[in-house]
Amino acid sequence: MANKRIDEPTGIETVGHEWDGIEELNNPLPRWWVILFWITVVFSLGYVVVYPAIPLAKSGTQGVWGWSSRGQLAKETQIAEAARADVKTKLASLSLTQVAADKDLLGKAVAGGRAAFLQNCVQCHGSGAAGSVGYPNLNDDDWLWGGNVEEIHQTLLYGIRQPGVAETRTSAMPSFGKDGILTAAQVNEVASYVLTLSGSAKPDAASQAGAATFAANCVACHGPDGKGMRQFGAPNLTDKIWLYGGSKAQVAGSIHQAHAGVMPAWNGRLDPVTIKMLALYVHSLGGGEDFKEAPATTPAVDSGNAQPQPK
Amino acid sequence: MLNPNPSSQPASLYEKRKAVFPKAVDGRFRRFKWLVMLVTLAIYYGTPWIRWDRGAYAPDQAVLLDMGNRRFYMFNIEIWPQEFYFVAGLLIMAGIGLFLVTSAVGRAWCGYACPQTVWTDLFQHIDRLVDGDRNAQLRLEAAPWGLKKVWKRGIKWTIYLLISFWTGGAWIMYFADAPTLVREFWSGTAAPVAYATVAVLTATTFIFGGFMREQICVYMCPWPRIQTAMLDEKSLIVTYKDWRGEPRGSVKQSLKNPGQVGDCIDCNGCVNVCPTGYDIRNGPDIRCITCALCIDECDKVMAAIGRPRGLIDYATLEDCAVERAGGEPRPITRALFHTRTLIYLGVWGALGLALLFALGTRKHIDIAVQKDRNPPFMTMSSGEIRNAYTVKLRNMEARPRPMEVTMDGLPGGKMWTGDTSNDSAARVLKFNVAADRTEPLRVYVVAPEGTAAQSFSLTLRATDADGGSDTSELRFDAPKGAAE
Repeated sequence: MANKRIDEPTGIETVGHEWDGIEELNNPLPRWWVILFWITVVFSLGYVVVYPAIPLAKSGTQGVWGWSSRGQLAKETQIAEAARADVKTKLASLSLTQVAADKDLLGKAVAGGRAAFLQNCVQCHGSGAAGSVGYPNLNDDDWLWGGNVEEIHQTLLYGIRQPGVAETRTSAMPSFGKDGILTAAQVNEVASYVLTLSGSAKPDAASQAGAATFAANCVACHGPDGKGMRQFGAPNLTDKIWLYGGSKAQVAGSIHQAHAGVMPAWNGRLDPVTIKMLALYVHSLGGGEDFKEAPATTPAVDSGNAQPQPK
Repeated sequence: MLNPNPSSQPASLYEKRKAVFPKAVDGRFRRFKWLVMLVTLAIYYGTPWIRWDRGAYAPDQAVLLDMGNRRFYMFNIEIWPQEFYFVAGLLIMAGIGLFLVTSAVGRAWCGYACPQTVWTDLFQHIDRLVDGDRNAQLRLEAAPWGLKKVWKRGIKWTIYLLISFWTGGAWIMYFADAPTLVREFWSGTAAPVAYATVAVLTATTFIFGGFMREQICVYMCPWPRIQTAMLDEKSLIVTYKDWRGEPRGSVKQSLKNPGQVGDCIDCNGCVNVCPTGYDIRNGPDIRCITCALCIDECDKVMAAIGRPRGLIDYATLEDCAVERAGGEPRPITRALFHTRTLIYLGVWGALGLALLFALGTRKHIDIAVQKDRNPPFMTMSSGEIRNAYTVKLRNMEARPRPMEVTMDGLPGGKMWTGDTSNDSAARVLKFNVAADRTEPLRVYVVAPEGTAAQSFSLTLRATDADGGSDTSELRFDAPKGAAE
């Protein structure tokens, strides 16, 4: 240790150690640096005491401040909820048409509806609300049960064909082929006729034969011109949108064995404000219809009356 | 650092800061330094208070970084977030500018313009104002803590604190309307981040300028380390001309032995005035920030003893070699420009011109469109095909402007916005876009049944006298085989 000397080129004293001719210059650390180091040590001790720090067998130390990331999330969620309380109160008290008239509030409701849609609706309707075979596309202007915001709200509240829900939207198309109401040939003829309604096929002998069968069996719900009836959820057969496919085989299949799609009633599952926001969101997707005053109230017919009588 | 007497004590691993008490000095470089300090401090403290009339729709502060509204204002330039490349370009220019300055005049940034240098210099003047010059400061430092010392320290640190507070306070003025912010600050209604920023910057100015001083340059700052890599034998540095100064000796000795003694009389004036406490006669070092105060002091001493100035002077190592060998060194202006300097100057200038060109030709109207990808297209009950787009119309002028969006291409196509209905579909839509705003729109475009997927474009045009337009090329998607 007594080997200290002044290093010639640098003029700096060595610390006196030597390993195989390698010596160390004495360039001491500034003292404030060391003080900073000790400050960080003290800080870390405090940190360990007040925050969760040391992992134990099952959980870990909790820290005297009781902080946890879950608790922080809960607190921030609470703050966010409080910030939204104002909007929610307004949404709860105003009617849907009143909300639609307030552009700012509508924007917030649509944003909230989008979030709720992504949690609750995308499983069937898809994240872009484009649906798929059997699940309606909500972007378009074709609505089975009505496309103004009140009607959409009604559908959301009570669902479609929900047993035990009095206000649910319901109807039942007979399975004309399977139940033996029509023969296979008749089913095919009706399918040919139906496709001429939207211009998808040209009229021929089969479709002319089908027209009579259609008039006898189908007009009660689909209407004499095939434009459908919303109180029965009977689709418009004259447009280009086919929920269960628009090929002749698919249409004939639907006549042979009827479809009866279902949708949950969200009343009770989601809070009323969320359901309102969902209605406004779906209405905003580009196909929403204008709300007309005093819409036709649900007709006092039950599903049984809607069924056409067999021939 | 230099310890001529190796001790037998085990070396300490830590070293207390050796306080530096630089002596007051006057001379050409000192006067230049005064000027630089005046200008830089005036810019820093004064800029936020310059008013600039931009009309009713924009703030009237000349330089404002408005984070809340995402706008940077700089006199008649307004930068939007999507134009941040202008700011990035300025930062790159600042970086290359530092290289340029280094290659031309060495560590001039460190010596004159670095905030650490400017504020340290300012605080050292406070020291002289309160405690007196170097010798008085040394005496007071050595004196025991008595009434006088407590009083003097109290005054000095109070002045430090006031300057630090003013410095921290000036910083936040760049981020909000200065007069309003001052009122809010003192009435306790400013944002918490304003108080926190002022507190942090006051503390750092107080500690860095008042106490850490040269320790920042020597131990903390990366720039001196980078500079050691950038300096070469062509770089201008402050250097002691040892071939002229050595061996050192007093005037008396040189009279006794003419020709045997150099010009340096070992008065230690250069060390006494050095703000980092370095002895330049030991050669270039990271501690030398090239503030050139030692040149001023040495010139004064040389003048007093009747010898030529420039024993310590700015010079390049190349020129030093010439001079050492007895040659005439080039004038300093010739040392400024060499290949590396010119390359940096070229890059810096090209970048500056490119930015100016971009700034001069930028549009104040902008259309940005994002197409819905889910669903990419859909069929309407009429068989028409609909695509949906999110469109943003930007009016970057500080006044509301009438604008129209025109559809080009897509035969038979029509469009309408989310808050209107299908009935109003048209090929031209008109809007009034508010001043200095982005108008987000939902736009639906329909094309007749059977339309094939294709490209088309939307053009935004301002329809007032000033005009201007921007176009966005888009895609229209359709079911496969729709064209057949």
